[in-house]
Amino acid sequence: MRVLHLITPSGLDQLWFYLIGVLWLGYFFLEGFDFGVGTLLPFVSKDDLDRRVVINTIGPVWDGNEVWLITAGGATFAAFPLWYATVFSGFYLALFLVLAALIFRGMAFEFRHKRDDTKWAQWWDRAIFWGSALPALLWGVAFADFVHGVPIGANATWTGNFFDLVKPYALLGGLSTLLLFTLHGATYLGLKTEGDVRVRSRAIAMRLAPVALVVVTAFLAWTYQTAHTMHHVGLVPPLLPILGLIALAGVGWLVRDNLEGWAFIATALTIVAFIATLFLNLYPNVLISSVSPHFDISIAASASHPYTLKVMSWVALIFLPFVLLYQSWTYWIFKKRVTRPGSSPETEHPSTNV
Amino acid sequence: METFIAGISTLSLARWQFGITTVFHFLFVPLTIGLGLLVAVLQTAAYRTGDVDYDRMTKFFGKLFLVNFAIGVVTGIVQEFQFGMDWSRYSVFVGNIFGAPLAIEGLLAFFMESTFLGIWIFGRGRVSKRIHLASIWMVSIGTILSAAFIVAANSWMQHPVGYAIDPKTHQAVMTNFWAVMTNSTFIAAYGHVLASAFLTGSVFMLAIAAWHLRKGHDLAGFGKAARIAIVVTVLASIATMFLGDNQAKEMEAQQPMKMAAAEALYNTSSGASFSLLTIGDLSDNAVFQIRVPHILSVLATNTWDGKVQGINQLQKAANKKFGAGSYVPVIWLCYWSFRIMVGLGVLLFILGGVALWLVRKRRLEKSPRFLRFATWMVFAPFLANSFGWIFTEVGRQPWVVYGLLKTSKAVTLIAPGYVAASLIGFTAIYSLLAVIEIGLMIRLAKVPPAIETPSEAERVPELIY
Ligand code: HDD
Ligand code: HEM
Ligand code: HEM
Repeated sequence: MRVLHLITPSGLDQLWFYLIGVLWLGYFFLEGFDFGVGTLLPFVSKDDLDRRVVINTIGPVWDGNEVWLITAGGATFAAFPLWYATVFSGFYLALFLVLAALIFRGMAFEFRHKRDDTKWAQWWDRAIFWGSALPALLWGVAFADFVHGVPIGANATWTGNFFDLVKPYALLGGLSTLLLFTLHGATYLGLKTEGDVRVRSRAIAMRLAPVALVVVTAFLAWTYQTAHTMHHVGLVPPLLPILGLIALAGVGWLVRDNLEGWAFIATALTIVAFIATLFLNLYPNVLISSVSPHFDISIAASASHPYTLKVMSWVALIFLPFVLLYQSWTYWIFKKRVTRPGSSPETEHPSTNV
Repeated sequence: METFIAGISTLSLARWQFGITTVFHFLFVPLTIGLGLLVAVLQTAAYRTGDVDYDRMTKFFGKLFLVNFAIGVVTGIVQEFQFGMDWSRYSVFVGNIFGAPLAIEGLLAFFMESTFLGIWIFGRGRVSKRIHLASIWMVSIGTILSAAFIVAANSWMQHPVGYAIDPKTHQAVMTNFWAVMTNSTFIAAYGHVLASAFLTGSVFMLAIAAWHLRKGHDLAGFGKAARIAIVVTVLASIATMFLGDNQAKEMEAQQPMKMAAAEALYNTSSGASFSLLTIGDLSDNAVFQIRVPHILSVLATNTWDGKVQGINQLQKAANKKFGAGSYVPVIWLCYWSFRIMVGLGVLLFILGGVALWLVRKRRLEKSPRFLRFATWMVFAPFLANSFGWIFTEVGRQPWVVYGLLKTSKAVTLIAPGYVAASLIGFTAIYSLLAVIEIGLMIRLAKVPPAIETPSEAERVPELIY
């Protein structure tokens, strides 16, 4: 066994902190509308055919979107083992709930239409609703906890319990993501469907947008109050959250004026700005201890050895562009609106919308 | 930290949870890999020949493939996060090395599988036939790639290479990625795992085709599917046995204790005999044993009189090297799981051989007893896969990373109540899933495909889900 010559840390650990941030952004941008569509399922559809239309809008893409989460998890494991180990063991029960929800949701997409049986479909529809709404809420709770700090003692040991994770601030964070993702789902459905489903989705988007604006503003203001480290980052601190809020404020107008493509882009921007704000808030730590700043876990302290990071960087550099390319291509293939069989729709959505 | 609940430790709860969820995941994984390839082959045949029989079979087995794939996906996510949840000290120790293949797997394989599967499911009639065919091949290649990275990660735990121990953090850090990806243990295991996955797919296809042939459904379609499945069964079973034997030699060199446990061989011997069967206990003085002289030496070392080390001697040597403690895994479990796997391997080879012979004699469709037997054999590959992993993983104990980290030092320091709660939760969810999945599979497998005219077969469904 060779003893290691410690190489001085390079900038790679910083790079990987941001790359993991990008993976989470990708996840919430994409899976965000999947969650939204699932949460809206009972509210935008009147009959089984409607429900099938709604589910089919995300049918070809939801699994690929979920892989963003898997890759974010794997990359965290590889690049920041201590971060991965501490978060996943600390958020034990919360993570269990997310996993259980994702299991039922995934099964439901694949199974609900496999039997001609109303009861059967109804059960799976419930699974889709809860399997979408619950993670949408819990991810926000978790990310708010990251920013606010979690009970970590010396040597990265977890000293708290489940109830430390569900403080008011975190719950407000959860409510924010739930509302944002639902809104994102509503603008997505407006863009991807025809007829009644589209009309209902737009109505919901217009009603939801102001509520989301109030909640998210409150949450970001609170975040700003408690922000530890935002000023360490070269950005003008409030620029990103304010951009997000402006985009969010515009959603209702864009939907009303039939600019559905732009409305979708606006909700996407809001989500990206929101999550990026939280991530930048963490920097230069990956976890903040609510016990004492001495126990914060920093990027440098939790990062893998530069060799591992170098290997991973090459792999990401070579393969991430392909992933982006073929995933975008799928959205291109399935760009048509999903319609009820037999209706005669304008199939291609007007390109002027985007 | 309180680490016991009602006398049960966090460690044993975490082990049960890992074992249950992983074996469950791996019930579906090999079928995804094997059936994915076979569906791609069927669709290629349909594309090349324009034969509607193949097209019907592609759709029929494609449906079963999708139901199975879905469970593989949702149980896989649990696998990935469980390392952090239950094995956080392990994760910190190995993350530098073990995390990399896992992350690369996501980027290279899972994105490919899931994206192209979406195109395959929803693309029929929406993309060109060539792209539709290409997309199922991309799915199949994705599954085969994903197996590579995860087995490489697992092989590193069986036989660590390309690493050093950081003197400050006491973590294992990677020094040579190439060495990790060309680990001899990995090469050996990957071949065996892939061959057994193809075998799983082909036996599954053969079993279902045999049921329909016996009932007289769609003889043209199922006859063709059965013939493809039979050829693959024969080839894959030979490859599985051959590559498994190859693995045994790696194992004797790298983890002699596992081999000794597999044979319940207590004392080092040359020209060791292979124990076929034991009645009574597996200690030195069993009631009844059938032993085949010299075969163990041949299996383990490729020589007639090769020396195979025994449990007692290995335990002593380990004590000297690693300090006091037991280094002997659960012997009965290793002994029997190894035998069940190998026995089923031989049985499946016979299944394939007999089937091939019947095909050549043009008697396959007229042999109801054989067809019934073939249908029941559907369970065999799943059992063999599970016992293969149980043997591999249990035989490695007490180590989780061989020679470097003991399982007892790998577990998260967390109150057992959490683990108990999630163990109960996952077991309940998985049991429910198993019931639903198997029920659905049987329903779908029993309904013979509707015979369509070529124009009906071209029809594009408006809603898929
Ligand atoms: C020999 C192959 C093999 C082995 C040993 C494992 N898996 Fe697996 N896994 C696959 C082969 C596979 C697959 C064939 O690629 C699957 C099955 C169905 C599927 O969708 O992909 C899959 C799915 C799958 C998924 C979901 C991927 C998606 O959404 O598309 C994840 C996150 C994992 N696995 C992770 C793991 C982990 C962490 C394992 C270690 C304990 C593990 N798998 C063992
Ligand atoms: C890359 C793939 C795998 C990794 C990294 C891995 C890792 C581990 C770890 C960390 C443990 C915990 C130690 C313990 O419980 O004793 C374990 C145990 C176990 N694994 Fe694996 N495993 C992998 C694949 C599999 C597969 C595919 C199966 C079977 C389907 C499997 C079956 C088991 C079983 C049955 C145990 C329990 C053994 C025991 O507790 O004695 N493993 N494995
Ligand atoms: C007669 C034939 C067979 C022989 C000689 C054989 C040999 C082996 C050996 C020695 C191992 C343990 C490797 C290690 O721990 O280092 C193993 C593992 C395994 N076997 Fe087999 N095997 C046979 C048949 C089968 C069959 C029929 C299947 C499934 C259809 C199967 C599936 C597996 C799996 C999934 C593993 C665990 C993964 C691995 O370590 O490769 N084997 N086999």
